[in-house]
Amino acid sequence: MPPDAAATLAARPQRRPRAAHVLGQNIGLVLAAAILLASAVVFTLMFVIQQQRLPGSFEITSTVNNTMPLAVAAIGQTVVVLTRGIDLSVGGVIDLTNALAAIFLAGSPLHMIVVSILVVLVGAGAGLVNGLLVGLGRLQPIVVTLATLSIFQGLAIRVLPQPGGSVPAGYTNLLVNPDAPTALIFLAVAILGWMALRRSRLGVELFAVGNDEAAAVALGVNALRTKIVAYSIAGALYAVAGLFLAANATSGDATTGNSYTLTSIVAVVLGGVSLFGGRGSAIGAICGAFITTMIVNILFYAHINPLYQAFYEGLFLVVAVVLGSLIGNLLRRRG
Amino acid sequence: MSLAERAEGDPAATIAARELSKAFGGVQALRSASFAARRGEVHALVGENGAGKSTLIKILGGRLHADSGNVLLDGNAVRLGGPADAARRGIGTVFQELTLLPWMSVAENLLIGREPRSALGLIRRNALAGEAEAVLAGLGIHHIDPRALASEVSLAERQIVEVARVIVRQPRILLLDEPTSSLVEREVEWLFARIRELRARGTAIVFTSHRWNEITSVADRITIFRNGAEVGTFDAIDEDEAVTLMTGRRVEALYPPLPPVPSPAAPALQLEEAGVGDGGTVSLSVAAGEILGVGGLAGQGHRELFLGLFGAPPLARATIRIGGEPIVITCPADAIHAGLGIALVPEDRKTEGLLLPLSVRTNLTLPILAQLSRLGVIRGGAEARMSREIIDSLGIRTPNAAQPVGALSGGNQQKVLIGRWLLAQSRILLLYDVTRGVDIATKHEVYELMMRLARQGRAILFYSSDTEELTHLCHRVLVLSRGRIVAEFAPPALTAEAVVAAAIREPHAA
Ligand SMILES: Nc1ncnc2c1ncn2[C@@H]1O[C@H](COP(=O)(O)OP(=O)(O)OP(=O)(O)O)[C@@H](O)[C@H]1O
Ligand SMILES: [Mg+2]
Repeated sequence: MPPDAAATLAARPQRRPRAAHVLGQNIGLVLAAAILLASAVVFTLMFVIQQQRLPGSFEITSTVNNTMPLAVAAIGQTVVVLTRGIDLSVGGVIDLTNALAAIFLAGSPLHMIVVSILVVLVGAGAGLVNGLLVGLGRLQPIVVTLATLSIFQGLAIRVLPQPGGSVPAGYTNLLVNPDAPTALIFLAVAILGWMALRRSRLGVELFAVGNDEAAAVALGVNALRTKIVAYSIAGALYAVAGLFLAANATSGDATTGNSYTLTSIVAVVLGGVSLFGGRGSAIGAICGAFITTMIVNILFYAHINPLYQAFYEGLFLVVAVVLGSLIGNLLRRRG
Repeated sequence: MSLAERAEGDPAATIAARELSKAFGGVQALRSASFAARRGEVHALVGENGAGKSTLIKILGGRLHADSGNVLLDGNAVRLGGPADAARRGIGTVFQELTLLPWMSVAENLLIGREPRSALGLIRRNALAGEAEAVLAGLGIHHIDPRALASEVSLAERQIVEVARVIVRQPRILLLDEPTSSLVEREVEWLFARIRELRARGTAIVFTSHRWNEITSVADRITIFRNGAEVGTFDAIDEDEAVTLMTGRRVEALYPPLPPVPSPAAPALQLEEAGVGDGGTVSLSVAAGEILGVGGLAGQGHRELFLGLFGAPPLARATIRIGGEPIVITCPADAIHAGLGIALVPEDRKTEGLLLPLSVRTNLTLPILAQLSRLGVIRGGAEARMSREIIDSLGIRTPNAAQPVGALSGGNQQKVLIGRWLLAQSRILLLYDVTRGVDIATKHEVYELMMRLARQGRAILFYSSDTEELTHLCHRVLVLSRGRIVAEFAPPALTAEAVVAAAIREPHAA
């Protein structure tokens, strides 16, 4: 039954073109990709000048392998940040799972698979604790995860008081093959997983809760469950990051994960995920992770004293974020 | 006047509330309130701000639980587990405070929970916009771009999307809490056409409104609420009687007489060549003591004009004079502080005006904190006294000044917004749809207030989505269309029909 003409709201003459919407709504991702491209170009130039050749398979492989733990952790952080939360316990979960992996990964392939799954479950359990405290306890995510960060770090030290343990070469080759960037396959899987999540009910609910929790609840979203699931997924992903880290280092250290608390947040911000929740993409966060690695590479070839590395990383982050938001604002004005 | 049977006695009721009570802290929002709506009827729920209408609707919509009493569906007491549970039982609700998700597209919002899916069960994101377009078109909505983010479309459009989202789910009980408060006439007409269609199909429709002409035009029955309980249900009742029942007192003529503009007119605010969208420019001048109305359809540059004068964001290319002196406004602080006193009551109080978690007092005194402070420390006594005065003079219903604004009823939140600019003693007031969601008695108070302010020599620029208001409260009315002033009316030519006709007339080919 078509509504009678008197009671229809007529079309406006012009609409914004579809491309403008797509660009405007994915501006964070586009900027992240652009910064990644720019930093890759800078790196390549410096490399060519100093080495008189193009970066080859070795450089690409080591860049990918070194970035894997951060890329995976950043996806986890994205899931939490999307709900308008933040997870500082990343470092602790990676420490713990890294330590567990270094101790228990051994023996037959089947045994290693079982251990890997258990380690991921430990990570998910750690995330579940965060989620329950944030959701049921109605506590501030930043406070909860700051506390659990210390707790998980403490547990990690109990598990592996001294750096040690070892990861079988087969495991290393599977996850972070030193001869070819096969780890990209895992990234592709992660991206596919993200795209599926984005198209699932859970994905919609994650975004809804981060957009406006009260509105989401009024729409029938179970915000509590959504948050608990988000922190649990994140914990599982940090555990995967811990496995990659162990595979890369071929041994365990209960403190190597610490830096990931900060760098995962940096990657998420560079990747255009809004810390206010409800906006962003894990693909952006992966770009953010690679940008972080690129900066380290660039600083290396620029012969920056490693002591100043953090200083320049911070400087770069500020410049990137300010530029990003300026460009974003300009585009929005235009649109 | 025929008092219908008590709600619990109504055997035909599809949805009913039986002796519901609900308290928020010390505030008793509902006191053993009963209500019943039948299938195929439009049932209006009216009452003053804070009477408990929204609380009742939230309980019927599954969003709140009553402290005591029952919700009945087809005569059976049910316990609604939440909004999702209510939706499963066929109850669709448009809540007073909109629930669109700002960073998701109109299409995602419209189709949330019923998105088109692939064989794998995944949402076909590429198909969302197309499907949304079709759904909207099926409801007679052609002007909203489904690809836009919800935060990019106007408040009225958001309201329409919200209604559409509920209607397409084909509820058998439709609860609409002030669905028209931000809509202009044509949009209200659209909504009422949809309501009548649904009524014909047997839907029970409950709606609240503070605009009496809407109630008489669409409602089959009217239930009046006062102080958290129903006063009675009527098949027909005239406005005076209804207002008396709502308020417990008689309200004299709704519109007070306009005070004359002092002559010679001293221009208080002059605006030249301000770009407010669609490539047009607006020039206008308001004299001290004058109320200048700006009318027209929503989305024609009104918002840009009002916000622009307030510097949020500033107007492009405009020359602004205050008392004849050219000035530059680049941000709201300029507008508030630099001795000009432009005040704006924004369209969307949820996002642009109020700090919901903060107290009524803080919300009132925010713009004058500098005056209230000594060496950066707020003088608590002065702050408390001044906010108390405003709360009393506007009759803001709040247990105390420390109450978070978010806990007040919609109309009372609106009063806090007006009160803020009274305290700030602004000489030029930009009033943007200030009576939106305000009950009739309070509207009357706001009108009187406007006249008092005009008599004090303040200049008022006034926009209202209610054309009646413009014609009764303004010395002159400009009609804005596509960013241009297309007509100007003063009495006796100033009539609602003339303003509406000018607003919808197609612009002459330029
Ligand atoms: N979440 C809350 N916390 C505290 N008090 C509340 C809350 N919600 C409502 N109230 C109070 O309950 C009373 C009834 O509010 P309600 O929103 O139902 O009024 P209403 O009839 O819808 O008014 P309006 O016409 O202004 O929308 C008001 O006094 C209000 O301040
Ligand atoms: Mg209400």
